[in-house]
Amino acid sequence: MADEVILLDYWPSMFGMRTRVALEEKNIKFDYREQDLFNKSPILLEMNPVHKKIPVLIHNGKPVCESLIQVEYIDETWPGGNPFLPSDPYQRAQAKFWGDFIDKKVYGPTRLIWGAKGKEQEAGTKEFIEMLKMLESELGDKTYFGGETFGYVDIAMIGFYCWFDVLEKCGNFSIEAECPKLIAWAKRCMKRESVAKSLPDSDKITKFVPELKKKIGIE
Amino acid sequence: MVERSEEVKLLGMWASPFSRRVEIALTLKGVPYEFSEQDITNKSPLLLQSNPVHKMIPVLLHNGKPISESLVILEYIDDTWQNNPILPQDPYDRAIARFWARFLDEQVYVTAMKVVGKVGEEKDAAVEATRDLLKLLEKELVGKDFLGGESLGFVDIVATLVAFWLMRTEEVVGVKVVPVEMFPEIHRWVKNLLDVDVIKKCIPPEDEHLDYIRARMESLKLKSV
Repeated sequence: MADEVILLDYWPSMFGMRTRVALEEKNIKFDYREQDLFNKSPILLEMNPVHKKIPVLIHNGKPVCESLIQVEYIDETWPGGNPFLPSDPYQRAQAKFWGDFIDKKVYGPTRLIWGAKGKEQEAGTKEFIEMLKMLESELGDKTYFGGETFGYVDIAMIGFYCWFDVLEKCGNFSIEAECPKLIAWAKRCMKRESVAKSLPDSDKITKFVPELKKKIGIE
Repeated sequence: MVERSEEVKLLGMWASPFSRRVEIALTLKGVPYEFSEQDITNKSPLLLQSNPVHKMIPVLLHNGKPISESLVILEYIDDTWQNNPILPQDPYDRAIARFWARFLDEQVYVTAMKVVGKVGEEKDAAVEATRDLLKLLEKELVGKDFLGGESLGFVDIVATLVAFWLMRTEEVVGVKVVPVEMFPEIHRWVKNLLDVDVIKKCIPPEDEHLDYIRARMESLKLKSV
């Protein structure tokens, strides 16, 4: 029986991008279904009743929620090709730690940068730069976060790259000036077909943010 | 089996559910470890060095190498010592277990903390919100002895924060957040947990724990005034 893989997603979501990249890396055919988060579909509400959020990966009718959980699920279910996570338990733990760090510490500040003003926005920008520097330090001079092969942490982080332009404009700073190695890493990742296919152009995101702000009622 | 000198050290805190869950996992697997009680109001050089990013407990040091974040530590323990597995084998079941673990830490714990830390209307709202979240756990337990199925698993270990922290706060907070009439399955599950030797051994002693919760609640209330 052929696998049926559906992805409920929202095009600007850096979380959805993780799952797209993971599926593309493994060459898995999937049915991408764009969701309207302001008018949630019955399938979204049925498949993620707890959080009602995207992305939702539906494999042969069974839903998997939470983007990093999906990335790991994809790695475990379709083990061919380069594994996303190392086989050594300690290296795996380090990768999961940094994935968790990105979720807990990197995402939050971005909301303040594009969504807030004045002191709040400044604080968000400062925090974001601090967190990026921690990531850059972890990357060091490696090609990818995991070393020579593209993996879990790269997948966890790369979706943020297409948001960098709008964040820089809103926060009035240069990510390349602060974290040149991270930008070099991102450009390397963008050369991968899986990433190029999965990330929208930066200017689409930049145009989208003011519309998003209107929709959610922020000036 | 090749004998290796293994050094396992846990930087933890006796009353922390995140620290205790690591102890449960290590004990379940029969891994000998050294416990080092940390003063989180006066963090030790070892803690700061081992977890420079978050500066929080628990931190597991295995042969000197640190692992931080309790859910990451639990998976590391499961990957390293393969007896008495904590996570299921099947990738889909693993994804579900991971989902519930995050739900417990990111939703249940955060909301339940407000029950302890807030007063008046805010507290009432937190009680309602916590109950709504727990209804999902209640549903998961129908027809099962444990959240992991027939035996204790990853989600049960994480959910001890409900059984032995949230439910213990009821005495101190004066509100039955998890009444048996509303949550018969959860109560049945707690009884099942208490029958497991490893759990009995690894949860904080009740009296001391209640004293601690009382003291914490007072200090949180002072902060929120």
